[in-house]
Amino acid sequence: MAFESLTDRLQNAFSKLRKKGKISETDLRGAMREIRLALLEADVNFTVVKNFVKTVRDKAIGADVLKGLNPTQQIVKIVNDELVKIMGDQAVDLNKSPKIPTIIMMVGLQGAGKTTTAGKLALKLKNEQKARPLMIAGDVYRPAAIDQLVQVGQQIDVPVFQLGTDVDPVEIVRQGLQKADEENNDYVIIDTAGRLQIDEKLMDELSRIKALAHPNEILLVVDAMTGQNAVNTAEGFNNQLDVTGVVLTKLDGDTRGGAALSIRAVTGKPIKFIGQGEKMTDLDVFHPDRMASRILGMGDMLTLIEKTQKEYDEKQAQDVTKKIRENSFDFNDFVDQMDQMQNMGSMEDIMKMIPGMANNPALKNANIDPKDMAHMKAIVLSMTPAEREDPNLLNPSRRRRIAGGSGRPVVEVNRMIKQFGQMKKMMNQMSKGNFNGMDGLLGKGVGGRLSKMAMNSMVRKVKKNKKKRMKKNRRNK
Amino acid sequence: MSIFGRRKKKKLEEQEALAQQALEQKANEEKTIEKKTPEEPEISPADTQVNPQNVTSEEAAEIDRYNRGLEKSRRTFGQKLTALFTNFSGVDDDFYDDLEETLIGADVGFETAVQISDEVREEIEAKHENDQKVISNLIVSKLVSLYTRNGTKEDNHLVFATEGPSVFLFVGVNGVGKTTSIGKLANRFKKRGKKVLLAACDTFRAGAIEQLQEWGKRDGVPVVSGPEKSDPAAIVFDAVKKAKAENYDLVLVDTAGRLQNKVNLMKELDKMRRVITREIPHAPQEILLVLDATTGQNAMSQAKIFKETTNVTGIILTKLDGTAKGGIVLAIRNQLHLSVKYVGLGEQVDDLSPFSPKDFVDGLFSGFLEPAK
Repeated sequence: MAFESLTDRLQNAFSKLRKKGKISETDLRGAMREIRLALLEADVNFTVVKNFVKTVRDKAIGADVLKGLNPTQQIVKIVNDELVKIMGDQAVDLNKSPKIPTIIMMVGLQGAGKTTTAGKLALKLKNEQKARPLMIAGDVYRPAAIDQLVQVGQQIDVPVFQLGTDVDPVEIVRQGLQKADEENNDYVIIDTAGRLQIDEKLMDELSRIKALAHPNEILLVVDAMTGQNAVNTAEGFNNQLDVTGVVLTKLDGDTRGGAALSIRAVTGKPIKFIGQGEKMTDLDVFHPDRMASRILGMGDMLTLIEKTQKEYDEKQAQDVTKKIRENSFDFNDFVDQMDQMQNMGSMEDIMKMIPGMANNPALKNANIDPKDMAHMKAIVLSMTPAEREDPNLLNPSRRRRIAGGSGRPVVEVNRMIKQFGQMKKMMNQMSKGNFNGMDGLLGKGVGGRLSKMAMNSMVRKVKKNKKKRMKKNRRNK
Repeated sequence: MSIFGRRKKKKLEEQEALAQQALEQKANEEKTIEKKTPEEPEISPADTQVNPQNVTSEEAAEIDRYNRGLEKSRRTFGQKLTALFTNFSGVDDDFYDDLEETLIGADVGFETAVQISDEVREEIEAKHENDQKVISNLIVSKLVSLYTRNGTKEDNHLVFATEGPSVFLFVGVNGVGKTTSIGKLANRFKKRGKKVLLAACDTFRAGAIEQLQEWGKRDGVPVVSGPEKSDPAAIVFDAVKKAKAENYDLVLVDTAGRLQNKVNLMKELDKMRRVITREIPHAPQEILLVLDATTGQNAMSQAKIFKETTNVTGIILTKLDGTAKGGIVLAIRNQLHLSVKYVGLGEQVDDLSPFSPKDFVDGLFSGFLEPAK
């Protein structure tokens, strides 16, 4: 996940501080050096880095860091405050037109992900606001770019306006807007061809489209892997078009994504969305404060909690308490839990959102195969209803049958049953609010507390689903 | 100074003059122009570059394209070093920090920058050197030796099969220009009399198959494809079989872009490679990693992981016609012994040139080698 290595490095720098009772000026210098190099290595623009480190150092020296009770925390706080300051305090929503349609224009370099993002954004608006967007295919240059948008449109069931490749993009936009007017579309998303910010002819084309369409939102789409050049790109597009926001794409890679910092610092324009995967639903709102905490290794707990809440239904929550103390975690819950986990995204993504996990060396190379989950599920689904509710029934003969039924080796069935046993124990503990054995796992301090909240939330949801299931069973009987 | 360098310098001056003219014109047109950013003059030569006049031979055109593309890279790099020395007051810790930053700013790569900085520090401290000129020379020679130290044996020519079809597999992250590079290369080899076949194995991204088919139509080259979302290994199998049966010289295999940390997608690439090798023992002759020149330090991670999983044999560096720099290529070559074989310099079908390491280094370094001499 993005910023992970930056986290590593900063934590390294701070752990050096942590080992001492007091910090000397040399220590501070060392820490500042680590911060600077971490940011540079993360592709943050070097002038931005320079200013950043200077501010942090000034504040660190100015404050009573050297005499304070907990100097490390103070430096962490200063760094955090500075990061938040650069990246903005809160998430910025899409600009909306007072009267429909709201017009959004996507611009950027070649291969940044404009077309994909246009599709994702359309789907997001459709799902979250029940909007009826229209997409306009304005890339007449790249081969099959229009086909791409048309196919994306089909996938997400959003209409695409196109006039082929022989028409001037400005004219396409003009007719597209007319169409949107006739059809009463509430959002219009204009996809444009990728271009270099120094290509005057093509940049002029964008200016003409802007003059014609008066877009409420001009989103600059930037590849999160961009290096020092991000600043040139952002400045080039911003000077010519006065963009209103930025979308960072491909953040699901292992890039440190320093471009986010540079672009904010140089243009002052908010990052509004981040693309985090190849699926059409993989577009998230950018939360600067959360990203700052993530840089500092506090994990992205808020996102995790939000995701957890979104995935589960909150009804009947009050009934849950009744069930909590029951020792009743069975295979149905297990499958339920796995399903929920899968709904939330890949295992790796979720693990990394948990504070302390991002730089847990044991997990660094743990590539969790999504198929493992499917295999485990297959094993459970090969059990009889009685076996699912009472794991004690599972004798070797039954295990062999299950192995055959699920197409997995017996060892795997055994391993899975063992894992289930451990999980059961853990769940019981957790439902009683006992996190003793897990403290180290979830991290300490604020992050630790947050992760407990998230785990608690998950436990509650599992119980609730179980209750639903039991109710259903009773009805069936 | 070499003839090559002199020619380039002349060119540079011409461009500067042109740029100056353009700027003045612009300023006259709109009096209310805002404060110019320091970057502006650096970018403008590119704006005013006209197509190479009266180029007769293809090769000359290529060299010219090449120089134009690298002009920006070289100037930025040279400028940064000059800037470093304008603030030069003496050798202290800040100086080394600045040096590191300068190198990183040129996208040379973090490790490489630290390595150079440490080596320079060692030498300066050993000699108690304090003369700006000597130190400047030292840094330059370090950079040059770093490049040549590990990078002399690598071959930057494409390898073809001695008999039967050659297969080139194109890999890379999303949006770097794999399909476009294939379109350009297919045209290039077809012109040279090869019988080329394209395999559209990006079955994932919307419109990717159509994109390659469009290139096939432009180049007059057949494309093997399958339905969307089908197994790319099956398509590659069909393509290789067709190439064997119909005596094609070259199969260019397009693949879906994938981020290097997606384990299962990387396995899929390996499977494709195995299918090719099973059908034609020594194929694929080349596995070319396509890198976007605007990518920062992540390019190193891409090169590393793609090399580990698919045994990459070379690099195609695309989008070098922008304000992108070449620094990271040095680091990749130095650390992973992977050399760049082609560079992409624009959107037209012939905007692709074979990479010449000598020209590249000359181009990158000549800007600041001169004053040091």
